Amino acid sequence: MPVIKARVTVTLKNGVLDPQGKAIEHALDSLGFDGVHSVRQGKVFDLEIEGTDPAKAEADLKAMCDKLLANTVIENYSVSIT
Amino acid sequence: MKSAVVVLPGLNRDRDMIAALTKISGTAPVTIWQTDTEIPDVDLIVIPGGFSYGDYLRCGAIAARMPVMRAVAEKAAKGVQVIGVCNGFQILVESGLLPGALMRNTSLKFVCREVKLQVANANTAFTHRYQPGQIIRCPVAHHDGNYFADAETLARIEGQGQVVFRYAEGTNPNGSINDIAGIVNDKGNVLGLMPHPENLIEPAHGGIDGRGLFESALGVAA
Repeated sequence: MPVIKARVTVTLKNGVLDPQGKAIEHALDSLGFDGVHSVRQGKVFDLEIEGTDPAKAEADLKAMCDKLLANTVIENYSVSIT
Repeated sequence: MKSAVVVLPGLNRDRDMIAALTKISGTAPVTIWQTDTEIPDVDLIVIPGGFSYGDYLRCGAIAARMPVMRAVAEKAAKGVQVIGVCNGFQILVESGLLPGALMRNTSLKFVCREVKLQVANANTAFTHRYQPGQIIRCPVAHHDGNYFADAETLARIEGQGQVVFRYAEGTNPNGSINDIAGIVNDKGNVLGLMPHPENLIEPAHGGIDGRGLFESALGVAA
């Protein structure tokens, strides 16, 4: 069965406070990486989906994001077929 | 009044909740398992605290998609009272039964201590045994209790009196917007709160400030 490989990226919406990103930013600074103005933490999901139709896969992935992978109250998502 | 407690893998406050409901109502609640698709005829459903499904993906995200939560949503739509405490609150926002989201505490630390709560709305099915503005003691124990809602949602829930409990006197343990500790849905029959009123219901707990919530919901005498 052929599979389509895809990557879903979930990021926090603008304006949503990201305390983990802030902590990472401070840790980078303490390692000497000065000049880092902002860090926002997100999630990446790599999926393999049965099928050959990229358009259908993309539609399915968006539905998966809306229903589970992202919390659209606070997060945005993007889908790419790789 | 008859009550039910939802039990999911990873919850750990279910026994405390069952004990509190039993002591206050005089009747043990029925327990409902994750795969149950039907909930018996009860007046109150409680989702207790813990770490359902290991907090994987987001706190409450997996539990919110289990069959039992569809059954809870159906009951809520019919007007049955629902309370979610701590992880139960997270499950209710993830399932869309309550607005907003619960994010990582701004301190990035798990907080386990007592806070003070102000009863921001004493005119609800869950708080009418308290006085308006009353300050009560209540324990909290969570890592992700930082309530967030977008500006439009926040204005709506504030305007409609849906904010029921606020952290009082500088005790906000998690950075919640507007010091929000607990909210109800627009119909007023679904309550979510991060603190644990079930752990302050008898003198052996060191106080009984949490009783009023269950006495309100269960309609039992103080």
